[in-house]
Amino acid sequence: MQQINIHALSDYLETQVLEPWKGIKKVAHDEYFTSGHRTCQGCESALVMRLMIKAAGPRTIVLGATGCMYVANTTYYSTPWVVPWMHTQLGSSGSAATGTAAALTALMRKGKMEKEPINVIAFCGDGGGADMGLSAISAALQHTQYNLLIFLYDNESYANTDIQVSGLSPYGANSTFSPPGKVHRIMHKRWKKNTAAMLAAGHPDCKYVATVSAGNAVDTINKVRRALTIGGPTFIHSLDPCPKGWDYDPKYSHDLGELAVETGIWPLYEVEEGKLKMYGKSKHIAKRRVERKPVSEYLLRQGRFAHFTKEDLDYFQGKIDEMWEKWLLPGVIPFTGE
Amino acid sequence: MNPPKSATAKKVDVQAARAPRSESEELISGSEAISHAVKLADVDVITAYPIRPYDTVMQYVSQMIANGEFDCEYIVAESEHSQFEIVKHASAVGARVFCGSSGVGWLYAFEALAVTAGLRLPMVAMVGNRALDDPGAFGVEHNDALSVRDLGWMLAWVATAQEALDTALIAYRVAEDSRVFLPCAISCDGAFLTHSQSIVKVPSQQMVDNFLPPYDRGDKQLHPDNPITVAPQANEDWVMEIRRQNDMAARRAREVIIEAYDDFNNQFGRGGEPFIERYMMEDAEVALVGMGTLAMPVKVAVRKMRQEGKKVGFLRVRWFRPFPTIELQGALSGVHAVGVIDRDYSFGSTFHSGALANELRSALYPLANRPKVVSFIAGLGGREVSTDNVIDITGRVFAAANGGEIDDQDTYWIGVRE
Repeated sequence: MQQINIHALSDYLETQVLEPWKGIKKVAHDEYFTSGHRTCQGCESALVMRLMIKAAGPRTIVLGATGCMYVANTTYYSTPWVVPWMHTQLGSSGSAATGTAAALTALMRKGKMEKEPINVIAFCGDGGGADMGLSAISAALQHTQYNLLIFLYDNESYANTDIQVSGLSPYGANSTFSPPGKVHRIMHKRWKKNTAAMLAAGHPDCKYVATVSAGNAVDTINKVRRALTIGGPTFIHSLDPCPKGWDYDPKYSHDLGELAVETGIWPLYEVEEGKLKMYGKSKHIAKRRVERKPVSEYLLRQGRFAHFTKEDLDYFQGKIDEMWEKWLLPGVIPFTGE
Repeated sequence: MNPPKSATAKKVDVQAARAPRSESEELISGSEAISHAVKLADVDVITAYPIRPYDTVMQYVSQMIANGEFDCEYIVAESEHSQFEIVKHASAVGARVFCGSSGVGWLYAFEALAVTAGLRLPMVAMVGNRALDDPGAFGVEHNDALSVRDLGWMLAWVATAQEALDTALIAYRVAEDSRVFLPCAISCDGAFLTHSQSIVKVPSQQMVDNFLPPYDRGDKQLHPDNPITVAPQANEDWVMEIRRQNDMAARRAREVIIEAYDDFNNQFGRGGEPFIERYMMEDAEVALVGMGTLAMPVKVAVRKMRQEGKKVGFLRVRWFRPFPTIELQGALSGVHAVGVIDRDYSFGSTFHSGALANELRSALYPLANRPKVVSFIAGLGGREVSTDNVIDITGRVFAAANGGEIDDQDTYWIGVRE
C-alpha cells in the first residue's frame, strides 16, 4: 500500500513574500478594487477594501461575507474586483477562507493545479465576523496548516440593513434596533467585544493578529502584507467610521478614525508570534507619553450618541480609563493581577 | 426477480462488458461503502462534524487518511454550517468534495445547502437519514434530506450498501457534468443502511477512473488566472433568469443520469435502471411505492403475497430529484391502485400525506386512466416496518382497487399506537 504523507506539503505551503512599503510614495499604483461599487459617500470600508487588495496584489482570491462590502460593492455586471472574488454567507468568512485554502492545498499537492502561493483573504463586517461568524473564524484560526487572512471591517453596526446594533456597537449607540426612548434612554447596554485581543489570546498558534485604522493607510497596507507573508491563519480588525450609521458629515471619516485612536477607544497593535507591539499614537498612550483625549470629543461628534447625558459620558470615559489604567496589558488584555 | 430494465434500452457495449474487472468483495456497512467510493473518486477536500448516524462514514474516511491510504484535505469543522460552507468554497476553486450529515445537523447547514445549489456547485453529500428533533430519535425518517427538495439538490435514496457505493460514483459523474453542475445528496437510512453490513463489490481504481472523469470547473473556476466575481447581488434585474438557468440544469440532469447509468451498467455489469427499481411489476394489479431500505420488508411481503396468488408489485423510487415522473407514469398507468409508503410526514399537506405520496399523486394526475392512490405513513423515528405491516397496507390497496371502503383522500398511519 502506498503511504502518503498528507502534511508533507500542506504544512509548508509557501506564502508570497510581501515586503513592507516604506512610506506612501513607495506604495504600488496598481488598483485591484476599482470603479463599479456604489458605497455611501465617505465610506471608510470601501477605502479599506482598496487598501487591503492593493497590499495583497493580483495573485489573491478574495471571499466576501454578506454585509455592506458585499451588497454595495458587487452588483451583478458591475463588480469593482479585479481579482477573483466570491460571496460567502454572513457567518462564513472563516469557512470560506478555510475551504478555499484547503482546495488550493489539495489541488497543488496532488498536481491538479500549478503550484504557486496564492493569497486567500476573507472579509466580514462586525455582524458577520464578531456575532454570527465568530465560531467559524475561531475554527479557521485553529487550522494552522492553511495560509489565509480574515479581515474584519468594523463599522459598528449592521449598516447594510438600516443600522442595527451588533456585538461590536459601542455602549449606548442609537440604532434602529436600539433607539433612545422616553423611558429607556440607553437601549444597547452591551460593551463592545474586544475581538482582536480575544482571538489572539485564544489562538496562541495564530501567528499574526492586528488592529488597523484606515486613517493610517500605509500602516494598514503593511499589516495586510505582513499577515499574508507570515502565513498560517491570520486576523486583522479595522475600525471603519460610517457616516450613515454613526451620523456625521461624510468628510470627517478619517478624523473620527484618528479620534478613536487618540481617545484610546481604538488601540492600534499587532501580535506577531505571541509578541505584542503597540503602534502609532496607541504606543505613546500606552507608555503614557501622550494624554488620551476625552472620549466626549469623539462621541459628541456623532449623532448616534446625541442622546448621551453627562452620566453616560462619564460611564464611557470610566470604562476607557479602566482599559488603560487597570488592564493587565493596557488597551489589549483585561484582567488584573492579584 | 425482474432483470433491470434500462430506460434508454441501449445495447450493452460488449467490449466494455468484457473488460477485465478486478473487484474485491468486502463485508461492509453502507457508510463504509460510501467511504470506499469517496476514496476511489480521489476526493480532494472533506469536512466532518459529528452527528449520528451519518458520522460513521467520516470515521472510515479519517482512518483511511490516518493509514496513508487516501490523500485529501480533511477538516473537522466546528458546526455543520461551516462544514458545508468549507466544501462549498473548495468546490468553487475546483476541488472534488465530500460532506454529509443527518437530521437536524443537515438543517443546521441549511443556509449552506441552499447556496450550494444556487451557485451550481457539484458537492456530493451523504445523508444518514434521521428523525428531526424534537423529540430526540436516532432512527430513520426522510424529512431531513427531503427538506432541500425544492432547491436544486439532486436526491438519491439507496437500499443497499452496494447501491450506496455505486450511487456515490454515479453522483460525482452527474453532479460534475457541466450540463448539470448541481449538488447531489445520497440518502442512506439511518441504522438500517448506515450501520448494517453486507457483501459489497469494491471496484478497482482503474475501473473507477474509466468511469469518472476529473472534475473540471472550466471558466467558473475561482483562480487568479480566471478573475471572475461569483455570486454578486443580482436582485430583481437578474434573479429570475438565474433561477431559470438552474431550472434548465435540473431538467438536463435527467438525461445525464440516464447516460451515467448506461455507462455504469456497461462498465460494472450492475447498476440497474436509473430512477426506479421495479420488483414483480409486470402483471401487478396493485403497486406499492417507497424509498430506501423499506424495500427489504416490502420485497419479502410481496414474495409472500405472490405465493398466495396476489398480484402485487413494488416500485422503489431511487431518485426523488429529479423526480422520475415519466417512469412512474409508465409503470403505474396499468395498475388499479397504488399504495405509497412514506417514511416522512408533511403536516397540513394535501390529504395529510407524506412528501412522496403528494408528489406521486401529482405525477399521475395527467393520466387518462389514473390508478387510485392510497397514502400511508410508516416506520417513523426508526420504527421497524414489518412484513405484516406491508401485508396490512397491501390489503387496503386491494380494497381501494376493488371499490372497497378505503379513503384515498386521507392518509393511514401504520404501526402507530392510537
